[in-house]
Amino acid sequence: MNSFKRDKKEEEDGGSQFLNLEKTTVLQEARIFNETSVNPRKCTPVLTKLLYAINQGETLSAKEATDVFFAMTKLFQSKDAVLRRMVYLGIKELSSLADDVIIVTSSLTKDMTGKEDTYRAAAIRALCSITDATMLQAIERYMKQAIVDRNSAVSSAALVSSLHMSKLAPDVVKRWVNEAQEAVNSDNVMVQYHALGLLYHIRKSDRLAVTKLVARLTRMSLKSPYAVCMLIRITAKLLEEDDEAGGNDSPYFNFIEACLRHKSEMVVYEAAHAIVNLKRTTSRELVPALSVLQLFCGSAKATLRFAAVRTLNQVAISHPAAVTACNLDLENLITDSNRSIATLAITTLLKTGAESSVDRLMKQIATFVSEISDEFKVIVVQAIRALALKFPRKHGVLMNFLSAMLRDEGGLEYKASIADTIITIIEDNPEAKESGLAHLCEFIEDCEHVSLAVRILHLLGKEGPKTKQPSRYIRFIYNRVILECPSIRAAAVSAMAQFGASCPDLLENIQVLLARCQMDSDDEVRDRATYYSNILALQDKSLYNNYILDPLQISITALERSLKEYIQNPEEQPFDIKSVPLAAVPTPEEKEMKHKAEGMLVTQGGPVKPPPVSREENFAEKLSIIPGIQQLGPLFKSSDVVELTESETEYFVRCIKHCFNNHLVLQFDCLNTLSDQLLEQVRVQLEPSEGYRLLLDVPCPRLPYNESGSCYVVLQFPEDDLPNTVGTFGAVLKFVVKDCDPATGLPDTDEGYDDEYMLEDLEITLGDQIRRVTRANWAAAWEEAATEGYTEMEDTYSLSSMHTLEEAVQSIASFLGLQPAERTDRVPEGKTVHTLLLSGMFRGGADILVRAKLALTDGVTMQLTVRSPDPAIAELITSAVG
Amino acid sequence: MGLTISSVFNRLFSKKPMRILMVGLDAAGKTTILYKLKLGEIVTTIPTIGFNVETVEYKNISFTVWDVGGQTKIRKLWRHYFSNTDGLIFVVDSNDRDRIVEAEQELHNMLSEEELRDSVLLIFANKQDLPNSMSTAELTDKLKLNTLRNRKWYIQATCATQGTGLYEGLDWLSNELANK
Repeated sequence: MNSFKRDKKEEEDGGSQFLNLEKTTVLQEARIFNETSVNPRKCTPVLTKLLYAINQGETLSAKEATDVFFAMTKLFQSKDAVLRRMVYLGIKELSSLADDVIIVTSSLTKDMTGKEDTYRAAAIRALCSITDATMLQAIERYMKQAIVDRNSAVSSAALVSSLHMSKLAPDVVKRWVNEAQEAVNSDNVMVQYHALGLLYHIRKSDRLAVTKLVARLTRMSLKSPYAVCMLIRITAKLLEEDDEAGGNDSPYFNFIEACLRHKSEMVVYEAAHAIVNLKRTTSRELVPALSVLQLFCGSAKATLRFAAVRTLNQVAISHPAAVTACNLDLENLITDSNRSIATLAITTLLKTGAESSVDRLMKQIATFVSEISDEFKVIVVQAIRALALKFPRKHGVLMNFLSAMLRDEGGLEYKASIADTIITIIEDNPEAKESGLAHLCEFIEDCEHVSLAVRILHLLGKEGPKTKQPSRYIRFIYNRVILECPSIRAAAVSAMAQFGASCPDLLENIQVLLARCQMDSDDEVRDRATYYSNILALQDKSLYNNYILDPLQISITALERSLKEYIQNPEEQPFDIKSVPLAAVPTPEEKEMKHKAEGMLVTQGGPVKPPPVSREENFAEKLSIIPGIQQLGPLFKSSDVVELTESETEYFVRCIKHCFNNHLVLQFDCLNTLSDQLLEQVRVQLEPSEGYRLLLDVPCPRLPYNESGSCYVVLQFPEDDLPNTVGTFGAVLKFVVKDCDPATGLPDTDEGYDDEYMLEDLEITLGDQIRRVTRANWAAAWEEAATEGYTEMEDTYSLSSMHTLEEAVQSIASFLGLQPAERTDRVPEGKTVHTLLLSGMFRGGADILVRAKLALTDGVTMQLTVRSPDPAIAELITSAVG
Repeated sequence: MGLTISSVFNRLFSKKPMRILMVGLDAAGKTTILYKLKLGEIVTTIPTIGFNVETVEYKNISFTVWDVGGQTKIRKLWRHYFSNTDGLIFVVDSNDRDRIVEAEQELHNMLSEEELRDSVLLIFANKQDLPNSMSTAELTDKLKLNTLRNRKWYIQATCATQGTGLYEGLDWLSNELANK
């Protein structure tokens, strides 16, 4: 009692004893723990200070931590309950810092099994924090008992700790499944929830077990609403994974739908959320879920309104019609006193609304946009982006709004999303380009975010020269050179050079400005200015194209690595930049994924992601286990994964085709799904088509149940015979089988027998040998190709199986494995003629440029023109299409 | 007000505290001794990973007994409990002739520690009920107790399961403490 009073007094003083805590002082004070008789009233505050200091980020050395930890163990002689519980917290905090923490094992096991209920749960948590995988066996018996303990706090603590322990020792925790099973039947809501969590975690890798679990639990009605929510999530996941179980009749779906009538609001919401987020829900199935959400929109509880409107917001794009049904309720929420709810309501309306309502809604947002947090502003911006793509004619209103938002205060993430949106609008809508660029120019005049300014300058360099009046942008760009930090100045210099290269009438002025930049104080800026100035002085179009307009396409990390290798092992020949792999071009799916992730209200404030590594580089590392792989040169391209078996067969085999300059490495990823077999010496026997030479075969030595392993085959491409590089290989999986005990995975005998398994044929296509290359200025490259004596081949085809231009564009690009340039992969609506421009590189480093003129009649007619330095390659492409 | 009086009262009449460290090889019977003293009954024990600590009241003295496990990996952690130790109880399994040398080494290693300079040493020659057990005289010899200089020591034959000898040991300890 006394101590409470004292605490209160300290609070009133405002001064906390925790201000200006010094680690060394606290460690000194902690010496009182060692006194012969413990004084709980003195020790408890010291322990509190210690924990506070650690939580404030003070770091203890291993010795300091160990000393104070052992001092703390002396406090076990006191029977004071408050002190003891502080000790548990102390143990948890120090368990990862101090050595020999197992010293408290006996004391904690005694407390967790003792009579004092207030100790037991906390003792379990502390015990699990000091226990490692080797010691877990020693306390296993106690954990099993605690899981089924009658005291709910003890049982919950044991269940949650088990969940944590399963990261260290999954095999041990798996043995507790019966106890977890029993705890699921508990009357306590939390115990039931935690037990289900553990049970699912133990079984989640075993599909059949999860199905059984769900089937059993959906039939018995769980008492705990938390557990029901969890069950809904598990069920929804099963539904997503399982194609056959989908549809109206699935018991899974029926269970979720039944939960819409549950008496707990939490469960009702979870069920509605699950249904609207299922990928394959039909609009009829959606109706009951939506009416629930609609009801919640009118709830008196802010949390329910928020949950409902947020869910509607997320599905507004996938189910616009269904969300429109809630429009009236959403309109009411626009004026909600909770700004987060209002924002979500408006942006949902924007996503689904008609063109006519845009002006009104934008005005409404403008009234409170300054009052909401950045996170919600980003949502508003995303809604505007969607709107601009949907109603291109409204770009004026939207662009004005965005530029107003740009001028407001805001963090980098917010500003970046605005700039992104403006850039997207510019790219999509040529009419908006001039005004968009103007807004961006204005923005960089007063932009505190370096990375954004650099991006915008880069964009100005790319887009500015193509506008009607390029000269007006020069002033904005040159202002940056005068006023900003070195990285922005460097970007501005590069942008100016673009104007110089593209607009001959500006060249003279640009040269004057670049000459001034050569006096800059920063090395990078001076270097760039000198570099560009010299190239521009030569007035050579092809130099412009290669060194100013089209920057290096190679992967920077790979370039760094290659240069390091070259410096370490110098060779006679000069370094060849062609030996460096090209940078990966993000596929449309990846881009889409990125957008999707952005749209999900997930703030990605996590740790900075490492620079993306291309797939090829990842594979290159993996492939380095193959003997002699270095002689093949750098990895040129890795294909997508091809499945050579049906999924869910005995053995699951997938293939990745790695293409090198003159060689082909096939990587077969095999998965053994038979629990009673151990496979050894797994390899794939190929029947290569004519001209290929089999060089090497690397088998996978061991393939136990449920593990995947890789085996490799190295082939040499047919020499001087390009047409034959495209072909079909027969494939058989060969291996030695050893029967084994499914429980232990140990083979019954040492003797195995040979067996084989037919695989589907493997096709080597043209696309496997071509890498996508992005060309910023395709037309310039095309012209240059003509002057440099590239071979040109032309042919006309009738693609009778295609019925739309989009379809044709998609399939041509993916068949040839080439990258569409200048956004010609987007076919304007309603057109019957389209020109697709593609570029890429053949293995060995030869450029490929392809122009496909498409016309829609009955089916699609295509005139294909190929330019490449190597006639054989050009011929190969034209013949492959036919 | 009431609190103040009771704390004065406690100070006048409270029992004298004495800190005891009880160590020895694993399976010597330390935990059984501790709980026989504390509860007066025999409890089932498992190897102690760490320590047990209990307060035992005897003859107006409050003994805080630290029973630290004897497994090899725990022995190196004994040192953390040396400071402020008034009395050291070293428990030997009198029947374990194979490891008596090991026990002797551990004992002498520990006694060379500076922190234990002032502690008195009580040796419990445990498991005297077993037929092949060594006598206290034999143990004195095997443990080289006569070589100890500047150390008060006493060896007491005990049988924890029957409770014999334990309190005689505590008697000696309390006398020594009173003389200090």
